[in-house]
Amino acid sequence: MAFRSSVLLQALSLVALLASWQLLALLVESRVLPPPLEVFKVMVAGFKDGEIPYHIGITLARVAASFVLAMAIGVAFGIAMGRSKGLDRFFDGWLVLFLNVPALVTIILCYVWFGLIEAAAIAAVAINKIPNVVVTVREGARSLNPDYMELAQSFHIGSGKTLRHVILPQLFPFVVVAARSGLALIWKIVLVVELLGRSNGVGFQIYTFFQLFDVASIFAYTLAFVAVVQVIEIAGLQPLEARVNRWRR
Amino acid sequence: MAPVTHLEIDIRQKSYPHVGRAPAHLALESLKMTLQGSEFVCVLGPSGCGKTTLLNCIAGLDETYEGQIALPLAPNGHRPVVGYVFQNPRLLPWRTVLENIELVLSPEQVRSGLVDELLAATGLEAFRHAYPERLSLGLERRVALVRAFAVQPDVLLMDEPFVSLDEPTAQRLRLLLLQIWRDRPTTVVFVTHDMREAIQLADRIVLLSPAPGTVLADIPVDIARGDRREAAVVEGFRNQLIRENPALYREL
Repeated sequence: MAFRSSVLLQALSLVALLASWQLLALLVESRVLPPPLEVFKVMVAGFKDGEIPYHIGITLARVAASFVLAMAIGVAFGIAMGRSKGLDRFFDGWLVLFLNVPALVTIILCYVWFGLIEAAAIAAVAINKIPNVVVTVREGARSLNPDYMELAQSFHIGSGKTLRHVILPQLFPFVVVAARSGLALIWKIVLVVELLGRSNGVGFQIYTFFQLFDVASIFAYTLAFVAVVQVIEIAGLQPLEARVNRWRR
Repeated sequence: MAPVTHLEIDIRQKSYPHVGRAPAHLALESLKMTLQGSEFVCVLGPSGCGKTTLLNCIAGLDETYEGQIALPLAPNGHRPVVGYVFQNPRLLPWRTVLENIELVLSPEQVRSGLVDELLAATGLEAFRHAYPERLSLGLERRVALVRAFAVQPDVLLMDEPFVSLDEPTAQRLRLLLLQIWRDRPTTVVFVTHDMREAIQLADRIVLLSPAPGTVLADIPVDIARGDRREAAVVEGFRNQLIRENPALYREL
């Protein structure tokens, strides 16, 4: 019963949101606040002619590339800094600096230095995200259980097996936190990167519609993209987390 | 030349440097002992006398001691294999029983069928795919025992592997250990502070002093293994030891 009533409550909440939107649109009665139905029509049309899937696909590919890059580099540095006091002291200042550089500055500098190319766009996004991953994973690497390290050492299982089966599983909860917050941050930065220096993707489209004052299309792209990100979260990250945590009581 | 089968320990000194306000601590001093191949030696001593430190030195986990430890050479000339049963079982909670054991094995050992034999001998077959957190402490300790024997160790180190179990469970595990060891003999250094346990298990008891640990006495346990199941026999041997060395056993 609790489940049914919570679903009911969520449905009610969604209906209430749509109703207030509709009401507000009726009151304002302006091109800059289109009602839900109009946005829905634009969305359907965009899916029919393939425009929305194309640009969302491009944006997702950029999100994926910069996500993988940021996680790989961030996890490596995080482990190294969590395990070695020397490296930690050496790189800590850099970390503080990069954590505080605004995303916009990194993006502009990357475009200025490397040109308006795909690699510069992806690097800019990754550079924005790497410091957060390092900080989170470093926390995990500092709290590794020394008992398990002694076990690996006394049985001579080798550094590859130790990393894969002893260290990484202990870091996994920290990596998941970094990945989740990473996805949320990265797709927002990707839109800015596209707006500033790419000729396709959701960010580029929204910039185009902004110049045309086409708010209905902006809404259509935004809602479609949010839906896709939610599906990735629910169908991708959550089952992965459940699978890797299945040993927990 | 016959292969070297004995384990030689000669630690002149092992100390821990001071940390913060804690002063430096001298853990072991002039500790000399030799174990013959396939000998079962119990190192008996009060808490804090450096027993775990000694095992960590033998295992190569701690190399900051003065002196030498010569491990027996493996028959094939490889680096000698050490099996270690820690005081807590140290099973990785994200791996099943079988995965925990296979983690420390070579691919040949995984294929050899030895693990199946050991799991059968210890009554763990039904738990091979269970995660450690679902097991009782007694079962976890069995898994740790299987893991240490599965690497076919040239030296087996055991650090009070049966503490904090109820006595009947501990007793069952001791008999199990002796049975596995009889079938797969290896040199064992078994650390304990329980004199009855030592008498039951050991060929020889090495008695350590309070810190800094050094060898106080080297006592062969000359009771036939078959007779040691009798509590009265163990008790008699214990009383005799205490009579002979009243000062030594105050803490045990």
